[in-house]
Amino acid sequence: MKRLFLFVPLLAFVAVVILFNQNMDNDPSKLELARKDQPVPTFKLGELYNPGRELTPADLKGEPMLLNVWATWCPSCRVEHPYLLKLAKEYNVPIIGLNYKDDRDAAKKWLETLQDPYRFVIFDQEGRLGLDLGVYGAPETYVIDAAGVIRYRHVGVVNEKVWRETLAPMLRNLKMANANAVEEPGS
Amino acid sequence: MIAELGHFALILSFCFAILLAFVPITGAWIGDRLWMRLSRPLAGAQFLMAIVAFAALTASFLRDDFSVRYVAGHSNSLLPWYYKFSAVWGGHEGSLLLWALILTGWTAAVAKFSKQLPLEMVARVLGVMGMISIGFMLFILMTSNPFLRYLPNSPQDGADLNPLLQDFGLIVHPPMLYMGYVGFSVAFAFAVAALMGGRLDAAWARWSRPWTTVAWAFLTLGIALGSWWAYYELGWGGWWFWDPVENASFMPWLAGTALIHSLAATEKRGVFKSWTVLLAIFAFSLSLLGTFLVRSGILTSVHAFAADPERGRFVLMMLGVVIGGSLLLYALRAPVVKSRIGFSETSREVFLLVNNIILVVAMLTVLIGTLAPLVAEWMDKEISVGAPYFNLMFSLLVPLLVIVMGVGMYSHWKDTKAAQLLGPVPMFLVISAVTSVVIPWMYGEIHLMAVIGVFIAVWLFAATLRDAWLKSASSQGRMRGWLRTSRSYKGMVLGHLGLAVTIVGATMVSQYTVERDVRLAPGQSVELSGFTFRFDEETQRRGPNFIGDRATVSILDSDGDVLHVLHPEKRRYQVSGNIMTEAGIDPGLFRDLYVSLGESLEDESWTMRVQYKPFVRWLWLGGVFMAWGGFLAVADRRYRIKLKRKLSTAEAMDSSDAQAQPRGDADALGGRQA
Repeated sequence: MKRLFLFVPLLAFVAVVILFNQNMDNDPSKLELARKDQPVPTFKLGELYNPGRELTPADLKGEPMLLNVWATWCPSCRVEHPYLLKLAKEYNVPIIGLNYKDDRDAAKKWLETLQDPYRFVIFDQEGRLGLDLGVYGAPETYVIDAAGVIRYRHVGVVNEKVWRETLAPMLRNLKMANANAVEEPGS
Repeated sequence: MIAELGHFALILSFCFAILLAFVPITGAWIGDRLWMRLSRPLAGAQFLMAIVAFAALTASFLRDDFSVRYVAGHSNSLLPWYYKFSAVWGGHEGSLLLWALILTGWTAAVAKFSKQLPLEMVARVLGVMGMISIGFMLFILMTSNPFLRYLPNSPQDGADLNPLLQDFGLIVHPPMLYMGYVGFSVAFAFAVAALMGGRLDAAWARWSRPWTTVAWAFLTLGIALGSWWAYYELGWGGWWFWDPVENASFMPWLAGTALIHSLAATEKRGVFKSWTVLLAIFAFSLSLLGTFLVRSGILTSVHAFAADPERGRFVLMMLGVVIGGSLLLYALRAPVVKSRIGFSETSREVFLLVNNIILVVAMLTVLIGTLAPLVAEWMDKEISVGAPYFNLMFSLLVPLLVIVMGVGMYSHWKDTKAAQLLGPVPMFLVISAVTSVVIPWMYGEIHLMAVIGVFIAVWLFAATLRDAWLKSASSQGRMRGWLRTSRSYKGMVLGHLGLAVTIVGATMVSQYTVERDVRLAPGQSVELSGFTFRFDEETQRRGPNFIGDRATVSILDSDGDVLHVLHPEKRRYQVSGNIMTEAGIDPGLFRDLYVSLGESLEDESWTMRVQYKPFVRWLWLGGVFMAWGGFLAVADRRYRIKLKRKLSTAEAMDSSDAQAQPRGDADALGGRQA
């Protein structure tokens, strides 16, 4: 009877392995996205610098853009920050910030110190929007098309490789699709 | 050519690993002494070939052979030679090769320093280590070969080493950490060998104890180095982030700490045998798990430089075989007979058991916190486990652990009189209570966490020092008496003081750090905690592979005298385009002054973060003490060769006797040398 207890560690371990195996199929940087090809979930949140300005999904429409989830408590966000700056300044990529579960003053300071690559920053202190989006951890970057539909999610740091191989082609295609869509009614 | 040589040597090393894994163990099974004797030369040959492979990769780096894919990805001709050298383990493939080198090195060390062990045991231990080796080398050869080439179109120059890794701390951090991780494979191999042979006794614990202590000491240093590196290199003055990869190194440390304590009980009293074996399996399993978590990219983190599901699957398979196999063996073979060795509720055995329970709960706390995102995702829920959870749990567990430590230190094996245990308690209470109010009061505000932290640290200091005072009593004077205590006792004292020092550091720096983000033009200054930081000028400088903006910041005391001149720097690495901050730090035993550069603004002014960090050095100093204590304990007389010879004859005579041996020589936990 006592020997049965000795199997407990083994069983616990088997459970952990099954868990790992379940998660393994999700390539971490392309985590399954429940919201893929669905509109950005509804939200009503303040802007980081300007709490009075109310932001809604309507603010994420108009052109294809990146939505970058970041926080001052996230070491990797600091790593990717210079690259986001480069994208915003040199390539003029529209990037919207989603400041996730963070402190307003700390976040403002961060952007003052490291410069601000964002068009505007959604301040999501409670993490509500993050929860609805299914944010796994910061940093994450979403590709959103002109109609405000989520097309892709990248988990982890955005760098040269990710930009060149994934995000840039995707944005280019979306831009072209958008241009066609706009032209169509006229033609 | 050199790379091919290395590749070939690695394959040879792999072949020796296969032989090592099967021949001696089969020999032990069928009782063939010749086959068992092959284990030592095979272990040596395996190590030699691993050295050749590692040297070949190092040579490829030093010679800028960018036709080797791994070199091209992690080096650059502009890199100074010492970073070319450390770049060998700057990426996934090379760090695995380092892992394999260290594993074969530990195997060879066991082969060399195991003269006192019965041949059967040597054969089994080395065989188990050979099996682990097979797994790792297969992993390298199949999924992560560092010797592959770009041919015929090889690049002219390399992509450069990640600038975060171009740093002294990162040259030594991984080898130390791996020495610890892989070192636990020895304890693991001893445990599995004992289970195989059905010989789970005090002798087993005695043999694996020094190996475990050394591995633990290396791991302690590795973790401390990692924390120190994060502090000065990541540029915002943090020292621990509960990042999955940090947790991955912390879990084996907690299990290993429990293990070195339970090994003491098993060695001295023959108790907790099954538990100790399980801990030995845990410590190494958690090391493997750590490797897995980093390599598979299953959890995202700053460290995840090699996220690749293919590799993750391989490591998962290996985990399944190594951990699953050993736990199965454990379930089938661990002794379940209740030990006949009795002890009372106030015995040292019980205190060590409580220590073990707290440490294992702490380990599980970290494990659960680290894996929670996976479980949550699996159940389609979103939860986030962050620093607040870990901080809360540890601010409960650590005080509990330390309070019990202070009392348990005065316990004896078998039984202790309550008066002896509780006698000094009022004194400790008074000293700790007074200091824990006075010190926070000196720093201005009295925070609850500061009071608790200082209280337990002083409690531990007081208990350890009083014990050392009592143990060093001697008719020939205190100094003589102290020198006559055994090295393992001195090691224990040092280790426990180290923990107290670390607790002081962690408490004070978390509670009393003062920081300000300011914007300064040349000539302007800012005041912080009684110091004036004056921004003098900013200059440009060229490093070997970067361009830096270097600021000169003078620190003045209240009289206006310059105490120190700091040079925080912002570097742009030319090849990768990465920007790194190098903080300017004025280190001190009781406080660090820390300046990091933010952004340059139009009018020559800069944003800067200035920080006053009290006692931050104590964090790592404590780690150094702990590791030093570990090394000291292993240098104890009873582990030295001469004594081992004597033991080996005694051992050979009663090798069939599975009973614990009461022994007369030095007692690590209790006192004077015989």
